[in-house]
Amino acid sequence: MTLQRTRPDLPSKDKRWKLVNATMRRNGYAGHALIESLHAVQDAFGFLDEEAMTFVADSLDVPLSKVYGVATFYHLFMLKPQGRHACVVCTGTACYIKGAGALIEGIEERFHAAPGETTADQALSVLTARCVGACGLAPAVVLDGNVIGKLAVGQLCDLLAEEVAE
Amino acid sequence: MPLPAPRTNVRVVTLNINGQDLSAREDETVIELCRENKIPIPSLCWMDGLSVVGACRLCVVEIAGSPRLQAACSTRVREGMVVQTSTDRLRRYRRILVELLFAERNHVCSVCVSNGHCELQWLAQTCGVDHVRMPYRGVGYSLDSSHEMFRVDHNRCVLCTRCVRVCDEIEGAHTWDVMGRGSGCQVVTDLAKPWGDSGSCTSCGKCVQVCPTGALVKQGTSVGEMVKDQQFLSILARRRSNR
Amino acid sequence: MNLDDLADLAAKYRNEAQEPEIEVRVCMAASCQSSGAVPVLDALRAGCGDKPEGNCKVKGVGCMGLCSAGPLIAVAPPAAPLEEAVIYRDVTAEDAPEILASAFPGSTPVERLRCPTDMPFFSRQHKIVLENAGIVDPNSFRGYVMAGGYAAMVQALSEMPPQDVINEVTTSGLRGRGGGGYPTGLKWSTVAKMPAGQKYVICNADEGDPGAFMDRAILESDPHRVLEGMAIAAYAIGANKGYVYVRAEYPLAVERLKTAIRKAKRAGFLGNHICETQFNFDVEIRLGAGAFVCGEETALMASVEGGRGQPRPRPPYPAEYGLWGSPTLINNVETYANIAPIITNGGAWLAGIGTEKSKGTKVFALAGTIVNTGLIEVDMGTRLRDIIFDIGGGIPNGKGFKAVQTGGPSGGCVPEAHLDLPVDYDSLKTLGTMMGSGGMIVMDETSNMVDVARFFMEFCMDESCGKCIPCRTGTQQMHGLLDKIARTEASRTDLELLEELCEVVQATSLCGLGQTAPNPVLSTLRYFRQEYEQQLG
Repeated sequence: MTLQRTRPDLPSKDKRWKLVNATMRRNGYAGHALIESLHAVQDAFGFLDEEAMTFVADSLDVPLSKVYGVATFYHLFMLKPQGRHACVVCTGTACYIKGAGALIEGIEERFHAAPGETTADQALSVLTARCVGACGLAPAVVLDGNVIGKLAVGQLCDLLAEEVAE
Repeated sequence: MPLPAPRTNVRVVTLNINGQDLSAREDETVIELCRENKIPIPSLCWMDGLSVVGACRLCVVEIAGSPRLQAACSTRVREGMVVQTSTDRLRRYRRILVELLFAERNHVCSVCVSNGHCELQWLAQTCGVDHVRMPYRGVGYSLDSSHEMFRVDHNRCVLCTRCVRVCDEIEGAHTWDVMGRGSGCQVVTDLAKPWGDSGSCTSCGKCVQVCPTGALVKQGTSVGEMVKDQQFLSILARRRSNR
Repeated sequence: MNLDDLADLAAKYRNEAQEPEIEVRVCMAASCQSSGAVPVLDALRAGCGDKPEGNCKVKGVGCMGLCSAGPLIAVAPPAAPLEEAVIYRDVTAEDAPEILASAFPGSTPVERLRCPTDMPFFSRQHKIVLENAGIVDPNSFRGYVMAGGYAAMVQALSEMPPQDVINEVTTSGLRGRGGGGYPTGLKWSTVAKMPAGQKYVICNADEGDPGAFMDRAILESDPHRVLEGMAIAAYAIGANKGYVYVRAEYPLAVERLKTAIRKAKRAGFLGNHICETQFNFDVEIRLGAGAFVCGEETALMASVEGGRGQPRPRPPYPAEYGLWGSPTLINNVETYANIAPIITNGGAWLAGIGTEKSKGTKVFALAGTIVNTGLIEVDMGTRLRDIIFDIGGGIPNGKGFKAVQTGGPSGGCVPEAHLDLPVDYDSLKTLGTMMGSGGMIVMDETSNMVDVARFFMEFCMDESCGKCIPCRTGTQQMHGLLDKIARTEASRTDLELLEELCEVVQATSLCGLGQTAPNPVLSTLRYFRQEYEQQLG
């Protein structure tokens, strides 16, 4: 006996679901494409919500708990919406030695967001990364995808304030 | 690791465990052979009938010629192998591992429904853990009583993943899995929603029966009343593999 | 296709490209890009277009090594090595006209921007893996072929049976560059001996060691080199499918790799019937998602299969039971980058470089409190002192040297007293540290070693996958104890417990991450015990 597998409809008319679906289709809706699919969701929506995880689980025919387990295992996957700007402070060894800790403290003091948190006005998310491989620029920060290096706390905070104000 | 397919022509090997000469089928693991011959090796995650994960590390043994300790559950027997299962060093390590388990979550036996029928409690006794030298982590975990028949108390969970494996491999539902990583790990049903709301759970209760501690229990049990019955597992596992 | 055909192809490309008299190479690796290399490239391109003579070409290239002085620019005749080029450091877009005006032979270089190439940082290196880095355009398939690329693959496919390829790799004495130092030839022949059927080749580019950026630089500078190595490996072991597992934190490397795969496929150097032979090999990229433990090979495979990146007990080793249960060869980026020159020059050639048991060169990432932060490649057996004080330029701001940390969170610290030791896999092991993937973090006298140990323990604690107890809770308890010592609240009993926990976690953990997690503590205890003692309450 073979059971016909039916794929779920897209959750809504939002065009971004088509991008997610395209990634899954390209991988033949195989279960091993789970991480790729979650990347696609996060690229499209910025974070993974229940609706998205359920859609991916149903499309790839993977148990819900497995999807949740994978989504929470990897640091890059976000289960909550992120701020309009993301500031990733590198806490690799080289950056640590050159004062990444002070950057984190400085940001927390000025913007009241600890690593992993988003400011109340949803303007800025503060994150940490384990080495972005820019040790030559230590301490390094990735602001909205751009690596910025060798900044003092004050300079960084001013820069962030400028970005957030826009 | 998936369950190994049954082999049709297996050879027999002889080996030595704690000075005792034994014969074994070559597809057996050291722990299986020890259980057969009533040689005690503490274990927590290993269970006859479930896949091997090698996570609890309590069954580590010394093998002559191997620089590293090996987990008895994930080590196949070999011809001429010489194994020690209970040296001073191993006993010392096991004691610390059990202490680490106790310190990780809030295990208070006196108020636990599994008191007296708990594998962790039993391990502490056999490994000589009379007190725990490390500070308890003291993180409060939740208790979920939303299921009409069962209850999960994460404070008692040792993350052996027996529930996850029995649900996936024997029941086939895969309701349970592990979320997070490191000490943030926790077993979850579906998308970490209340167990009672799970759409995939069949309420078969297998997870409750295989749970070594008072983490998964039946509703309505009080202190010391939760006795687990695990006989079904080897029978089911055998039926499945013979099919 | 044979080697002559490939040479014809390279000649054809060269003809079509109309090589200029002089090249202006702009480093477009991630570090220099962050320092502002893109506007510099644009300004140079705009300026170059104005020149009527037109025999000057601006091109983006990979890493030149001296990352802390970026953006770097090299002016040289085409294909000339870095030492023969005029190198400019800390260049801005405003400097473009001046650089272009002085680019041609006979004119005086811009002295105020000049970075001397006779300094030890350049002259003491020996580039094999990085020979194309900073010279070829990483986005150009043609550029790689013109630089002699894919010759090793064509030679292997057209002239060598798979066993000969494995023999050359075995003869070379190459050992895995990812950290463990397992003999590469032995690994290859084990997978090759497994019964024919589905086999896989995986490239481990999940460079998670904080302070290590060798793999990133190789992928960003010379992605075809890695693909060529993988294809040769696949041919040797009988695989037809490969995966490159790259960290998502390296978007530029991923993009260059994607471009390289696409272009190589289009040219028939990847895919089906490679170079008109019966050999098929397809490569796919798999993105990591921020988990250090995925550098462990069984965890990496679990992640490629789409699951939680948790290791499983070995044996069975991946060579026997790997990806989806098939025999799988996993090597590191740098290991694959060593393959092409081994095939071209013969295994004996590489075996002539390095020390008795560690052959060839090693790429190191120098970081921390050191003058020349960046990427270097030296012969195995170079003394640590030469690496740090000659090539690295020593400690800035007149401070004294305290220790160098190698091997990332799995390694340890080497103090001043042992700096004269030649660096190879075995010598570092005797010092209680390890080669690791090649990160070297230099610490000056102001560093507190308890603090350093606590930093690494926090890393291991955060990155523990949570599967086995010693690593999951043991690292956490050790971190608590180190924290207590750092706050000068710990007693002697706490220090004893710390040492006992180190022993248990090392002996009982399931995978390499846990087994080596105590190393930073053990090595700092070994060389800087007095610092611990002083901080006891």
